[in-house]
Amino acid sequence: MQRHLISAADLTRDDAVLILDTAEEMARVADRPIKKLPTLRGRTVVNLFFEDSTRTRISFEAAEKRLSADVINFSAKGSSVSKGESLKDTAQTLEAMGVDAVVIRHGASGAPYRLATSGWIDAAVINAGDGTHQHPTQALLDAFTMRRRLVGRDAGLGQDLAGKRITLVGDVLHSRVARSNVDLLHTLGAEVTLVAPPTLLPVGVESWPCAVSYDLDSTLPKSDAVMMLRVQRERMNAAFFPTEREYSRRYGLDGDRMARLPEHAIVMHPGPMVRGMEITAEVADSDRCTAVEQVANGVSIRMAVLYLLLGGNEPAAANRTEEK
Amino acid sequence: MSKTLIRGAKVLGGEPQDVLIDGGTIAEVGTALSVEGAEVVEAGGKVLLPGLVDLHTHLREPGREDSETVLTGTRAAASGGYTAVFAMANTFPVADTAGVVEQVWRLGKEHGYCDVRPIGAVTVGLEGKKLAELGAMHESAAGVTVFSDDGKCVDDAVIMRRALEYVKAFDGVVAQHAQEPRLTEGAQMNEGVVSAELGLGGWPAVAEESIIARDVLLAEHVGSRVHICHLSTAGSVEIVRWAKSRGIQVTAEVTPHHLLLTDELVRTYDPVYKVNPPLRTERDVMALREALADGTIDIVATDHAPHPHEDKDCEWAAAAMGMVGLETALSVVQETMVDTGLLDWAGVADRMSVKPALIGRALGHGRPVSAGEPANLTLVDTAYRGQVDPAGFASRSRNTPYQGRELPGRVTHTWLRGKATLVDGKLT
Repeated sequence: MQRHLISAADLTRDDAVLILDTAEEMARVADRPIKKLPTLRGRTVVNLFFEDSTRTRISFEAAEKRLSADVINFSAKGSSVSKGESLKDTAQTLEAMGVDAVVIRHGASGAPYRLATSGWIDAAVINAGDGTHQHPTQALLDAFTMRRRLVGRDAGLGQDLAGKRITLVGDVLHSRVARSNVDLLHTLGAEVTLVAPPTLLPVGVESWPCAVSYDLDSTLPKSDAVMMLRVQRERMNAAFFPTEREYSRRYGLDGDRMARLPEHAIVMHPGPMVRGMEITAEVADSDRCTAVEQVANGVSIRMAVLYLLLGGNEPAAANRTEEK
Repeated sequence: MSKTLIRGAKVLGGEPQDVLIDGGTIAEVGTALSVEGAEVVEAGGKVLLPGLVDLHTHLREPGREDSETVLTGTRAAASGGYTAVFAMANTFPVADTAGVVEQVWRLGKEHGYCDVRPIGAVTVGLEGKKLAELGAMHESAAGVTVFSDDGKCVDDAVIMRRALEYVKAFDGVVAQHAQEPRLTEGAQMNEGVVSAELGLGGWPAVAEESIIARDVLLAEHVGSRVHICHLSTAGSVEIVRWAKSRGIQVTAEVTPHHLLLTDELVRTYDPVYKVNPPLRTERDVMALREALADGTIDIVATDHAPHPHEDKDCEWAAAAMGMVGLETALSVVQETMVDTGLLDWAGVADRMSVKPALIGRALGHGRPVSAGEPANLTLVDTAYRGQVDPAGFASRSRNTPYQGRELPGRVTHTWLRGKATLVDGKLT
């Protein structure tokens, strides 16, 4: 494992499988009456959020607290940052208070990379989403959810997602979730197809390790999992698509389309969902939709990442001598 | 009058010769010259060029003296072998009146390191709406001949047409920063494979090429000359090549950084590589080198753009665009053009002195190295190789993309009308 987690592309297959397996151990902790491990006792983690994201922040906070870390939440709003303080000064200020890890969410692509590589601070850096670049823990929790559902909770241990056909649908252009997932799923051996109107695919997507299609209906029968990405209504103002209704008709997932999926296939969504836009209520509330499960898995994944980056060599919850 | 004898210099890279400077003029060029009382500079096989001329420099004064001043900028210019620089108009206040251009011109003259030729804004406040008083700037003491809204594109086709027509009255030229504004909203880097991965807003080549295509057609229609600033794409080269083949009066410049660096460097997210137009691909770099060699691109211009440290010591999106270039330009040109065999030193003199002086009508610059000509000269140790150390820059800013990179060539002497501004690599 590396010292930081900046991009899903930095993970090897073995790194990723180790994180997923560790997350399974962490998930068992959540089933105990006392959902807490002493692993990070005395370590301090700061959640440095320059963008509002309550769900991601809470997920990290829950993970940190279950590992007994001391947690500092820093929201840029109303802080010195809003008065013009630089990222460098903010980070150095926090590190001066004795922070061991920085979980950073930032609107600028590359901000976590800069934080980890510019020599500004020594703490471990975990990317909790940067601009339209990466959101690696989201990709990990998605892969975790897929492995559980498509391979099995116990059968999946030590396994990757070889041969699984995963379809990502929606605003790929503005999505850090899509970029992280393409990287990680490819590393784990899955076959990824992106489906979007051409306006919402980046120029250069042809170099990504995945297939691209403009046609959702023909892709669905060949999918083991379909992940719907959020599409902001405002995008139509910049002519990415004509109207909300046309987008929904061509790229939204409704009951009829869901029926085209194979029996075993699951529907995923990283949230927050825009019901009526990319996904109908019927699909969102169906048994096949894993959106809520993904949230629960997010805590396990983030515990695993924090443990592996900060916890050192001690066993987490069980003995595990087979991995290095 | 003081006399200087430069002994054994390869004039434009040719056979070693002696060059005698008397006062502000080259008195004699020959072999085995010997002059009583002359200060002797042993050139020892270094290459002697006409003083370099930069058609695209940001001196930042007035308004951003924290990043550069006319003094520090012209010292950087002398250090890089330049004897004339054209100072861009995007200062605070904007150089859109006779008063501002005269101030900049006068400061350059007082400091004496390098001739400063102010560029006037095309439109008031660089806003692209209303023509600035181009005639007044031309008639001022600064004698402005080059007009540009650089930093911004004159995107309104009618304003561009009128500007092209209007400056014909006094042999001026409009230098266009070709960037279609709507296509580059939120642009952070070259649009392509790398931007797709990094999640940074794309600056597509077509945003440059479409404006160049329009402007060469406008120049043809109204019979004016147009100059294209910092051309950066292979497609732009094709358009300029086509325009020249039609006899359109178009000239174009390329920056040293676009001859050497590519958008792969942006993977570091280090804003030292953030520049406008952005670093492009390897294919573009090769096309630009070839175009500079065959004359499709007329000149090298630095787009020297100083920024204070804090404007680069931050996340990519928050960083300022631009790189300093005056003190490394010749080295980069040697690395990319001379050492690759694409251009000889006479070619370098043409692209970095003769042609830019011609485009900007900088009289007395870009002249042959021969008797009777103004003694604007640059002596280059072409055998030198060394790492770029920004700590040694004369510029007030350090935002170079070449820190620690080994580059060839070092300017050791610069003379401005016979007066040494740089001796043995040290400013006078």
